[in-house]
Amino acid sequence: MKKYLIQIVMIFTLISISGCLGDLDVEPIDPNLITTANVYETTEDYKKGLAKLYATFALSGQQGPAGQPDIEGIDEGFGNYLRQYWNSQELTTDEAVLSWNDATIKDFHWHTWTATDVFIGAMYSRIMYSVALCNEFIRATEGNEDPDISTFHAEARFLRALAYYHAIDMFGNPSFVDEADLPGAFFPEQIERADLFTYIESELIDIEGDLGDPQFEYGRADKAAGWMVLAKLYLNAEVYIGEPKYSESIAVLDKINNSAYSLSSDYIHNFVADNHTSPEMILPITYDGINTQTYGGMVYLLHAQIGGSMPTYDLMGTGEAWAGLRTTSALVNKFDQNNDGRALFWTEGQSLEINDIGLFTDGYAITKFRNRKLDGTPSDSDQPVMVDTDWPMFRLADAYLMYAEAVVRGGSGGSRVQALTYVNALRERAYGSTTGNITDGQLTLDFLLDERARELFWEGHRRTDLIRFGVFTGGDYLWPWKGNVQEGAPSAAHRDLFPIPSAEIGANPNLEQNPEY
Amino acid sequence: MKKYTLLITLSIISCSWLWAQRQVTGKVVSSDDGSSLPGVTILEKGTTNGTITDMDGNYSISVPEDGAILTYSFVGYQTQDVAVGSKSVIDITLTLDLTELSEIVVIGYGEVEKEDLTGAVATVSSKDFNKGVLSSPQDLLVGRVAGVSVTSNSGAPGAGATIRVRGGSSLSANNDPLIVIDGFPIDNTNVSGISNPLATINPNDIESFTVLKDASATAIYGARASNGVIIITTKKGQSGKPKFNYNGRVSVSQPIEYVDVLNGDEYRGLVNQLFDDGFSGINQDAVDLLGSANTNWQEEVFRTSISHDHNINAAGAVADIPFRVSYGYTDQQGILKTTSTKRHSFAVNLNPSFFDNSLKVNLNAKQTFANTNFGDPGAVGAAVGYDPSQPIYSGNDEFGGFFAFTDANGLPITFVSNPVMLLELRNNVADVNRFIGNVQLDYTLPFFEDLSANLNVGLDKSSTDGIDDVLPGATWTYRDYTGGNGRLIDYTANNSSELLDFYLAYDKEVGVHNIQFTTGYSWQHFYREGSTFDRNGDETQVRQDSEFKNENYLISFFGRLNYILADKYLLTATVRNDGSSRFTGDNQWGVFPSLALGWKLSEESFLANSTFVSNLKLRAGYGVTGQQDVTNNQYPALPVYRESIGGASYQFGDQFINTLRPDPYDANIKWEETTTYNVGLDFGFLKERIYGSIEVYQRNTEDLISRIPVAGGSNFSNFLVTNVGNMENKGFEVTLSGVPVSTRDFTWNAGVNITRNINEITKLTKTDDPDYQGVAVGGISGGVGNNIQIHTVGYPANSFYVFQQVYGNSGAPIEGLYVNRTGENGEVISNELNKYHYQNPAPEMLIGVNSRVNYKDFDFSFSGRLSLNNYVYNNIQSGATLGGLYVSTGYFSNIPSAAADRGFANPQYWSDMFVENASFFKMDNISLGYTFSNLGPVEARVSATVQNAFIVTNYSGLDPEVNGGIDNNIYPRPRNFLLGLNLNF
Repeated sequence: MKKYLIQIVMIFTLISISGCLGDLDVEPIDPNLITTANVYETTEDYKKGLAKLYATFALSGQQGPAGQPDIEGIDEGFGNYLRQYWNSQELTTDEAVLSWNDATIKDFHWHTWTATDVFIGAMYSRIMYSVALCNEFIRATEGNEDPDISTFHAEARFLRALAYYHAIDMFGNPSFVDEADLPGAFFPEQIERADLFTYIESELIDIEGDLGDPQFEYGRADKAAGWMVLAKLYLNAEVYIGEPKYSESIAVLDKINNSAYSLSSDYIHNFVADNHTSPEMILPITYDGINTQTYGGMVYLLHAQIGGSMPTYDLMGTGEAWAGLRTTSALVNKFDQNNDGRALFWTEGQSLEINDIGLFTDGYAITKFRNRKLDGTPSDSDQPVMVDTDWPMFRLADAYLMYAEAVVRGGSGGSRVQALTYVNALRERAYGSTTGNITDGQLTLDFLLDERARELFWEGHRRTDLIRFGVFTGGDYLWPWKGNVQEGAPSAAHRDLFPIPSAEIGANPNLEQNPEY
Repeated sequence: MKKYTLLITLSIISCSWLWAQRQVTGKVVSSDDGSSLPGVTILEKGTTNGTITDMDGNYSISVPEDGAILTYSFVGYQTQDVAVGSKSVIDITLTLDLTELSEIVVIGYGEVEKEDLTGAVATVSSKDFNKGVLSSPQDLLVGRVAGVSVTSNSGAPGAGATIRVRGGSSLSANNDPLIVIDGFPIDNTNVSGISNPLATINPNDIESFTVLKDASATAIYGARASNGVIIITTKKGQSGKPKFNYNGRVSVSQPIEYVDVLNGDEYRGLVNQLFDDGFSGINQDAVDLLGSANTNWQEEVFRTSISHDHNINAAGAVADIPFRVSYGYTDQQGILKTTSTKRHSFAVNLNPSFFDNSLKVNLNAKQTFANTNFGDPGAVGAAVGYDPSQPIYSGNDEFGGFFAFTDANGLPITFVSNPVMLLELRNNVADVNRFIGNVQLDYTLPFFEDLSANLNVGLDKSSTDGIDDVLPGATWTYRDYTGGNGRLIDYTANNSSELLDFYLAYDKEVGVHNIQFTTGYSWQHFYREGSTFDRNGDETQVRQDSEFKNENYLISFFGRLNYILADKYLLTATVRNDGSSRFTGDNQWGVFPSLALGWKLSEESFLANSTFVSNLKLRAGYGVTGQQDVTNNQYPALPVYRESIGGASYQFGDQFINTLRPDPYDANIKWEETTTYNVGLDFGFLKERIYGSIEVYQRNTEDLISRIPVAGGSNFSNFLVTNVGNMENKGFEVTLSGVPVSTRDFTWNAGVNITRNINEITKLTKTDDPDYQGVAVGGISGGVGNNIQIHTVGYPANSFYVFQQVYGNSGAPIEGLYVNRTGENGEVISNELNKYHYQNPAPEMLIGVNSRVNYKDFDFSFSGRLSLNNYVYNNIQSGATLGGLYVSTGYFSNIPSAAADRGFANPQYWSDMFVENASFFKMDNISLGYTFSNLGPVEARVSATVQNAFIVTNYSGLDPEVNGGIDNNIYPRPRNFLLGLNLNF
């Protein structure tokens, strides 16, 4: 008995020891985790990988509305790409102020942000995160001759170019990585703004043939989306590389304006719960109350604009008022409020001027984005907070106005007649008649800057536009609270670029800070 | 009790006494004061022949004519053997045994005599435990051990506690010490459905805690030892007739204090005043919304609660198998309404021996069933912040009959919730079953008696079934679900870990050499899974339906040599080779050595005869320990993709596609290593009337496993868990115990322990950028994503990072005005560089005091703590402003009176005025007991205890003891009054 027992113990022990060392080489057992080696087997798998590249602009992580965040160091909903992009492009301008006490958010209005700003940090991280994810997918689909997958491949390259376009616009000289850089803990090189311009341009030209034809599938980037980014790159070339490329811009815009896209007959069609049916939507970031949920993106934008006496559900189609965003009198005063249908202001209980940024009722509120359908009925998913409304990243009206501007700025290949036609098409829609139409004489750069505000306010273009017109910083154009003065005060020119975030500089010795930060 | 049992046993034995041949008589007195000692046991050695002394210390015993040896023993005195020889009268003086010098201390994979220890080890046994602990075993240790801070996370029933041994060695990896229960290292991961992984252990079953503090002591646990090791030993079976014990307590708990907020009248007055003053945002709509009630919300959510606790156990031997079985039932009601925890615990210990004691078996099994009602802890903050002018009930049926703010469409406003509704409409209950069991076999080889083989096989398994339901009408569910149908959440969790340890121990004494050598192997597997199903009340909308699974393995080979020369010179060397499945390739294995030397000076000839010094030992140790417990990630080194779950798919055409995301990983992540140097001195003076130890240490952690920003584009996130940075902890600890008075009727024990730890981050990034500010940590309430603390090189971890407030002539702070520390122009508050590092939450010094007095049958004890220069950020005050009183969408919030007086219009979260010196003295418990020693076979003790008796502090908040240093409406710790009854029979 005794001997027997000892033998059992010894044998058991030896077996355990020899058999167990291999235990250390684990593979995930979670049903939601897949090792990289096994991840892409079918076209459907690739499609899921591609969906993430789009979703990274829309969502905050792998669980809706929050959970498994993509980036850290910031509240998950705040760290959402679209939310940060919107804040960077709008809160810094005459179009929007935000009442909340979130960290340094008011620095955007005041033009007092610093390199340690957590929101600017998140924007940078989001851009580079998108690039890294695209690189991974580009590696995985490289050389794949399946026609679907080669389209996916081109879309990944488009989305990377889009992220880099945001980088060239906001940060100028960001880190640069492409598919040759494998993930790890290395230090990417910094790229010069001009070199990045060349890179984005060549990428967009290179993938043109591989992207789907215009309107081939809603939610995915098609040729027109590629042209939009390229046209914007050219239109802003004087800012980015000090060299005009208006003619190039016109050439590309012509392709867009003559593609399958057309204006919707209703301006507001582009901002409602069923805006996916708008024929004008060149590239949306899609949301859905049930399937695509986040506290960033459209949920943020839509709720932050609701407050005061605005009917939360009856007008806006949602259950919460976050009482955050309003606009300044500078935007309001650009409108012929009684006749221009785009003047979607909520004035009841609101004052025109902002004495206290922290107070929602100071400044007119805006009702542009709604979670109700075009016909006013509730959205399909009709959720209390999560919304169906898609983000119109690029729409045809923008291309029309870009065309007009490129022509007025002296680009060749277009005509003032065509430009005027495009502008008046928008004005006619806005006024519901030709009463708001302009004449050729009125088609000036100043008019176009204001018209862009009227047509495209709160659509994430304003900062870029003001910089292109040279009035974002400096004293030529003042709006309430610019420079942290109620009447507006000049701000320094170096703020045309955001600083490279200090966390990034701490993490990467190859980076040099933008001037004067 | 013991002596009565003995008396009974002995009298039975005496009856069968047939061959008495000689009578020995005498008197036993105490060495201390010469008083006679009744009840001293006198046994003839090697026989069952014995007696005890009478009330005057006299005895009489018959012994054989030749060679009898008498053994005199009495609790608290040193046992003495006397050869009878030809004597017929033997008077004995028994010497007080103050320190129980030959105490055996449990260390990893074995035990040693306390006097032979070379490392920094502290033991707290049951007689020294804090009194009045019902459900959180950690609380037994609070303030008892130098270098160990135990901070309960809240006052909720069964709440967990944060334990830090010497300050914690890691930034992002786990800082919890390894906890070993009867040889079974448990998984530190929180078991969901219970707020404290240790709460499944019944405090009544615990015999002792042994804290291993320095690396030479902990290195035998290598991989998991960087933050110290706490070994919990539960009570064991014993030989002899079964004895029974009942221990019951009834406790009354009360909130100590409420946050001083405005009452309804004051609130109305303030709002009207602001309206009259034209204060921004307070308009007629606001004034119209004011209610007419005077509701003290804090009184409505808190209560005086009554808890009770019963434990019964039996220990003894049946059929030569020593056993102990126990059952405990605890019903603890929280002071926040609806919160409670109920626990049934069963424990069995068997420790039989076989084959002439060559095979010793120790079997432990503990089964716990706990039912916890978490209530809604958010009600604590809601009660502070909810509008006092509004009533509890609305008088109609909507929203469950509770008052709620609504918007223009009649929908409830979801940003604030009626505190009573939070409690009444939420059903947040979990059942947890946990089994911990292990079998240890210790086999002495028959042909080689110096060698023994040990096998330890164990299992720790817990399962959780929880619900978190919200009844229809609850306003806050309108946020997630359409309509007011409430919410249903079911969640489950299953955690298990299996253990196999095998080691050989060799123990040989040759002349002046004493060698103990241990070598072994350990394997442990951890598995966790869980699920969550979240849908609305009528199950028409699903928010989350998900599950997760993960596992990890630890494998180790270890060896230890203890060498003692001439009983004076001690050497301990250990080495451990650990493998962790969290790492891959060459990084999988780490080697962790340690070396310690000890010198018992008191054994040297120059001290051996000292009447002053009774014990003096110098120790020095060095060791390296490792850390692999990467928080929340079992696969930090593996490239994996994560598929999205509910609500995170993306629309292509009319389809919603789940997404696949590559997760960030660092293929080269490896062990974080902590090197510890420790010098210690153990001393005992005046025959151990004064004794204690002094420790000085330094711990350097390298290759910190940190979650740090990584270069954009280089990985699949902006933060990566990788090895970056170094940290240093250094400090000293003093433990001093004494027995100022010791007479037969009156003894007084007193102890004090002092802890000083200095923490500094010495490296944080890969680049050594001197301008790098650091990693913001310490999220606060108010706004979103706001942090108040920072990890910066050259400063302690979690330092507060704030603006320097400017005060006006009256001494009042000027809102929004801060010292410009950069000297540059521009807005001070928009420049992070104007912030400065101002203090941190860790106390500069912690002093624990405890005292126990026994007078005749009375006993009195207390235990308290002095914490010096721990700083707390008062988030309750910093977020309260006049501008926050009314939100134009239609709701009010209350503020503390102090905030109303301060009169800030907007929050000034980063003002250093809210970082307060929260030094405190806390009287953790005071206890008075009386033992009835003349109840025949039953010994009874009754006791009365006050827990959390009083706090002395200048801190302006409710409780200066705040885990992490950010005070934001934590569930307040109650004051508890307990009555206890303990019966032995």
